[in-house]
Amino acid sequence: MAGAPLPPPAGGTGWKGLTIPLLIPAWAVVGIFMLLPVLLMVVYSFLTKEFRGGVVWDFTLAAYDQFFLNRGLFGDEPPVIEWTYISIFWRSIWQAALATLACLLVGFPTAWFIATRPAAQRTVWLFLITIPYWVNLLIRTVSLKFLIRENGPLNDSLMSLGLITDPLPLVNTNLAVQLGLFYSYLPFMVLPVYAAVERYNFALSEAAADLYAGRWTILREIVLPVVRPGIVAGCILVFVPSLGAFLAPDLLGGAKTYMIGSLIDEQFRGSQGNWPFGAAVSVVLMTMVLLVLLWQARAAARGARG
Amino acid sequence: MKGVRHYPGFLGIAVACLVVLYAPLVVVTIYSFNDSPSITTWGGFSWRWYADVFTGPEAERFGAAAWNSVTIAVLAATASTAIAVAAALAMIRGGRFRGKSATYALINLPLLVPEIVTAVATLIFFSAIGLTTGYLTILIAHITFCIPFAYLPIAARLSGIEEVYEQAARDLYATRAQAFRLVLLPLLMPGVISGYLLAFIISLDDFIITNFVKGAGMETLPTAIFGSVKQGIKPNIMAISTLMLAVSVLFVSLSYLVNRIGQKTRA
Repeated sequence: MAGAPLPPPAGGTGWKGLTIPLLIPAWAVVGIFMLLPVLLMVVYSFLTKEFRGGVVWDFTLAAYDQFFLNRGLFGDEPPVIEWTYISIFWRSIWQAALATLACLLVGFPTAWFIATRPAAQRTVWLFLITIPYWVNLLIRTVSLKFLIRENGPLNDSLMSLGLITDPLPLVNTNLAVQLGLFYSYLPFMVLPVYAAVERYNFALSEAAADLYAGRWTILREIVLPVVRPGIVAGCILVFVPSLGAFLAPDLLGGAKTYMIGSLIDEQFRGSQGNWPFGAAVSVVLMTMVLLVLLWQARAAARGARG
Repeated sequence: MKGVRHYPGFLGIAVACLVVLYAPLVVVTIYSFNDSPSITTWGGFSWRWYADVFTGPEAERFGAAAWNSVTIAVLAATASTAIAVAAALAMIRGGRFRGKSATYALINLPLLVPEIVTAVATLIFFSAIGLTTGYLTILIAHITFCIPFAYLPIAARLSGIEEVYEQAARDLYATRAQAFRLVLLPLLMPGVISGYLLAFIISLDDFIITNFVKGAGMETLPTAIFGSVKQGIKPNIMAISTLMLAVSVLFVSLSYLVNRIGQKTRA
């Protein structure tokens, strides 16, 4: 080979100069097809409804007015607070909170139990918890409906065991929606709580036990504060999708179990829809979720400092 | 001291947790082999509903839907994984730059916004720019929301790989491309495969966003199943569900295997 050898490159891996070009695809795709649509949705929530589902570019507060205020049948009465949509939101928050609590009460002991197994058993348990996490949510919800329906296997077996005499009318009730949310998002609770418990230093519990603290005192006073970040993460992962859930209320619930997801969905179906109103409901939902996430981020930052 | 790890009743709750998670899936799997056309009575073991899925009156509809689902999942997973690898290289290896935390938030935006809100926003966007709904709109939407799912395992793997391997290759006159292809990419592979599998299954599973942007006449497997289930759960739906369940189990197993191998080659 002719010529002097090239000087060896001075350290580094050579990626620094490429930062911007490497990020362009992600910026472009998420920016154009996610961020821009969300901003456009906010704009749409201030537009006027078109007759056959669509919008007219006239700015108005009509969608938010419809959401929050009731001006009577002909719109000429003094405005009072409209409770229809607020109560749908309230019920959704309530349902999502109950589902989160149920997931926590079952998920924490499960995660704890898995984390205290020997390594080989732990792998098997985690594998079993992970499978439903990867199974299509629609199929899981349909399966649950099949199991709990009026003449379904659950009622059949309860009746043949003599525990009940008539089938439990579970489907199309709030309880079924509740069960559906719990069942849908349970793995989302177990996995992050497990990750926190796995890192827990059991010497803390042992020290407390040596000082005559009881089992449940140790759990309450020492374990729970230490694994709190995992619990908070799990609660958010259950609460947020439960709040906007569509499949569980749609397939398992009835007319009286309307949740935010169904309300939004309805606004975009055919000529009965109202796009600006649907956009406004989505904006309210998104704002609530972002507030929850912001609260969590601040709590996490405080936890990291203190 | 074993005592502090043991809490009475936790075993029972853990077992109950598995029963709750699996009971519906097991029941549907069993009933998919039911010979009886009624879903309430057991008529003996049979493969007839599986045959019905592939040759029955609805075979064409489900076949077309399955083809759409799988091709969209392959394309969306490939595109989002490629975008995620590039983004991870910039975020992990690119040092500090202005707007880094904003970029991180942007990449994760599809995870932060509730799915139904993403669905509404995407529908509004496509209708505003006049893009006729169908295969292309579903594909674009899937690529977008698959990016964070592909990004997370890839970035996690990359941040665990020290820079010395690439530096050594570069010191030995490997070009940047050679150092990437021959040194970094093989080390990164477990993360790339995990990200790809996750993106693939997320795309295959999606119902809400697809249902909003698909338009009339266009179906993926979940929207086709949803349409059928609205008229009641039929045995052929249970057979399709069981097949999709099998695909999911296969994918989790693959992902576990890849992670296992990845841990052995941990850089």
